[in-house]
Amino acid sequence: MTGTLVLLRAFLRRDRWMYLWWPVGIAILYVSQGWSVDGLYATQAEFDKAAAGMENNAALIAMAGPARALNTTGGQVTWQSAAFGAILVGLMSMFIVGRHTRAEEETGRDELLRAAPVGRHAAMTAAVLDAVLANLVVGALTGASLVAYGLAPADSIGLAAGLTLCGWFFTGTAVVAAQLTTSTRAAYGIAGAVIGLSYALRALGDISAPALSWMSPIGWYQAMHAFSGLRWWPGLLLLAGAGVTVAVGYAVFDRRDFGSGVLPARPGPARASRSLGTGLGLAWRLQRAALAGWAVGLLLGGLGFGTMGDDVGDLVGDSQTSRDLVLQGGGDIVDGFYATLILMLAMLAAGFAISSALRPHGEEDAGRVEVLLATALPRSAWLAGHDAVTVAGTLMVLVLAGAGLGTSYALVTGDGSAVARMTVELLMTAPAVLVLAGFARLLHGLLPRATLLAWLALLLSYVVLIFGELLDLPQWFQDLSPFEHLALVPVEDFRWTPFLGLAAVAAALSVAGQIAFRRRDVH
Amino acid sequence: MIDIAGLVKTFGSVRALDGLDLGVAQGEVHGFLGPNGAGKSTTIRVLLGLLRKDEGEVRLFGGDPWRDAARLHGRLAYVPGDVNLWPNLTGGEVIDLLGRLRGGLDERRRADLLQRFDLDPTKKGRSYSKGNRQKVALIAALASDVDLLVLDEPTSGLDPLMESVFRECIDEFRSEGHTVLLSSHILAEVERLCDRVSIIRSGACVESGTLAELRHLTRTSVTADLASAPVGLDALPGVHDVEIDNHRVHLEVDTTALDAVLDALQVAGVRSLTSQPPTLEDLFLRHYGDRIDGTGEDGGR
Repeated sequence: MTGTLVLLRAFLRRDRWMYLWWPVGIAILYVSQGWSVDGLYATQAEFDKAAAGMENNAALIAMAGPARALNTTGGQVTWQSAAFGAILVGLMSMFIVGRHTRAEEETGRDELLRAAPVGRHAAMTAAVLDAVLANLVVGALTGASLVAYGLAPADSIGLAAGLTLCGWFFTGTAVVAAQLTTSTRAAYGIAGAVIGLSYALRALGDISAPALSWMSPIGWYQAMHAFSGLRWWPGLLLLAGAGVTVAVGYAVFDRRDFGSGVLPARPGPARASRSLGTGLGLAWRLQRAALAGWAVGLLLGGLGFGTMGDDVGDLVGDSQTSRDLVLQGGGDIVDGFYATLILMLAMLAAGFAISSALRPHGEEDAGRVEVLLATALPRSAWLAGHDAVTVAGTLMVLVLAGAGLGTSYALVTGDGSAVARMTVELLMTAPAVLVLAGFARLLHGLLPRATLLAWLALLLSYVVLIFGELLDLPQWFQDLSPFEHLALVPVEDFRWTPFLGLAAVAAALSVAGQIAFRRRDVH
Repeated sequence: MIDIAGLVKTFGSVRALDGLDLGVAQGEVHGFLGPNGAGKSTTIRVLLGLLRKDEGEVRLFGGDPWRDAARLHGRLAYVPGDVNLWPNLTGGEVIDLLGRLRGGLDERRRADLLQRFDLDPTKKGRSYSKGNRQKVALIAALASDVDLLVLDEPTSGLDPLMESVFRECIDEFRSEGHTVLLSSHILAEVERLCDRVSIIRSGACVESGTLAELRHLTRTSVTADLASAPVGLDALPGVHDVEIDNHRVHLEVDTTALDAVLDALQVAGVRSLTSQPPTLEDLFLRHYGDRIDGTGEDGGR
């Protein structure tokens, strides 16, 4: 164990931003639920009515967790945050463990350390302690925030402590995952799959077979029943699970060689497939995994949003603030709600579009472009390949988001025509999404050091969507968001002028980005 | 093949290339020598149309490397000093990809090179060591059907065995009448492989010629045991650093003045004689010697 504390101090220094953003983000997730619930419902009667609607909505239960005490602020906070909070601490723990163990081993930096007079287990122990500490910070900040917000202290602490325990459990599974594979990405894949499976098990369990929920650590966390008769013993399951998985991780670590994993590294193809020989083929190959991830995410997002069906009126409540917050336009409340949802899904899709449009920038940054552009592949063809993937991928994720939204809406309401209708409605936001992608491309061509601005543009669009009416932001500022120019479908009728106008702007930005890139130095 | 005259490239206030001249003729292996930061890589990047020149004249196969980049690139293959591979593509896939983008691979040569360089093409980019990444790029370049190889410190990370395979490959490539521009700071490699050498410093070419021509510009060191004490060596033109210890003499002589020195030694009666021809290292140190004193300046790479 020699050197553990020295290493831990070094790790903490490397992780200092993680220690800020993860706890703050997760605490905000929890407290903001209380804030939004309290803002949404003016009277308890209204609250009771909404809660009754939610209790009977199987889709919402599958998404969030068992419905308990939903007509109280604490119950709502627990219900809406616990499952997602557990996923977040799981991811945080996974990244902390992964970056200090398998990633270090994969890059060979760990070899330097192990040759120094530090114990064999020092790095791994320091990584585990690091994750344990981080989860403590998350729990402390979340608990303190909930108490400060005014919720019952005992239950607030129970909810926060359960979160920490969940994080510890997933620390253990991440330690095991890091022993199994030789690549960090694969280790993240396994640890992430454990988190996903835990979530899926409890979703199935909560709607149909309670036994399944008891097979999931997230289910254990929710079985602590914070704000609805808090009990601590399910937390012991989490603690025991964390102890067992960490112990297994150490046992495997002792039995394997440096740099190796339990699962053998899979060899890949010795020859390139026929399609890998053009700019487009390469771009597709490089982006397809990320595209698949976004596609699944947006499909699930759409499915999740659509589960609210037509019970929107009850969910939203009657206060003007909440209407300003979640509704677009003046008309029918259901239409207004879905107009907002469609734009929110479109902005999620813009996340793919921007990251895809910035992929060439990432490639250039990683130094992989020189060799490519020293072949007969013209710069324009290299970039056009990535552009094509961005545009086609954007259309694809929009279609999937719309189909997901429509499908679950149709299942809840019985309105079968919603599938095609909502798919088209989302597809019609494509020009606005592609304007953001085009802006990213222009930045890559013109100001490659300022590509972060592309994400700021998306943030601005989101702020305008959510707070534009509420804060009465000036019109010129709201007009900066491309989404503001689209017709608010389904509140308003679809209009071709803004659709075509935005498409033209997107194309112009993209072409300008191409030209700028062709004229500048490649690094 | 390559004609560069008065090339200037600046990055902000740094003048990375400052009037550089470089000529490479068909069929020669041309060594491009200089320490880190002298501007070798910058020159190559301008030559490949990756960077835009600020001033000067650059011709590649008689064309403009910036305007006609893609067309000209069909005839050359480039290996950078620091090869970055895609983490999720295998070495075999990268070799095929680069080969296809260059316009086709020689299948037989690809298989032969994989064997000679002892590379496993099924491993993913992320799991290759530095030397193996280098091999991937070298195999992709050597298996392509091209007229010109542009190599930027291509053997960094290769073990001595692989370095010798690399040398064989370059010899074979040259024997087919092809051309190589080899940037390096490994002098033994350049001495062994190159027909002509250009030495650059702070973004300008300070010396260029065949190795024999360059040797001419430097001194040979001579040590001799003599029958009697030598007379008048100091006075001979082109002789430097004479040390006489009884009947043993050591001196440095300009290569052009060797005859006179040998005559003078013969008069004294030679018992044994060793002479050390100038190495590339001497040449190099002569141009960069003051860098060691800390007076040299560093250009951008």
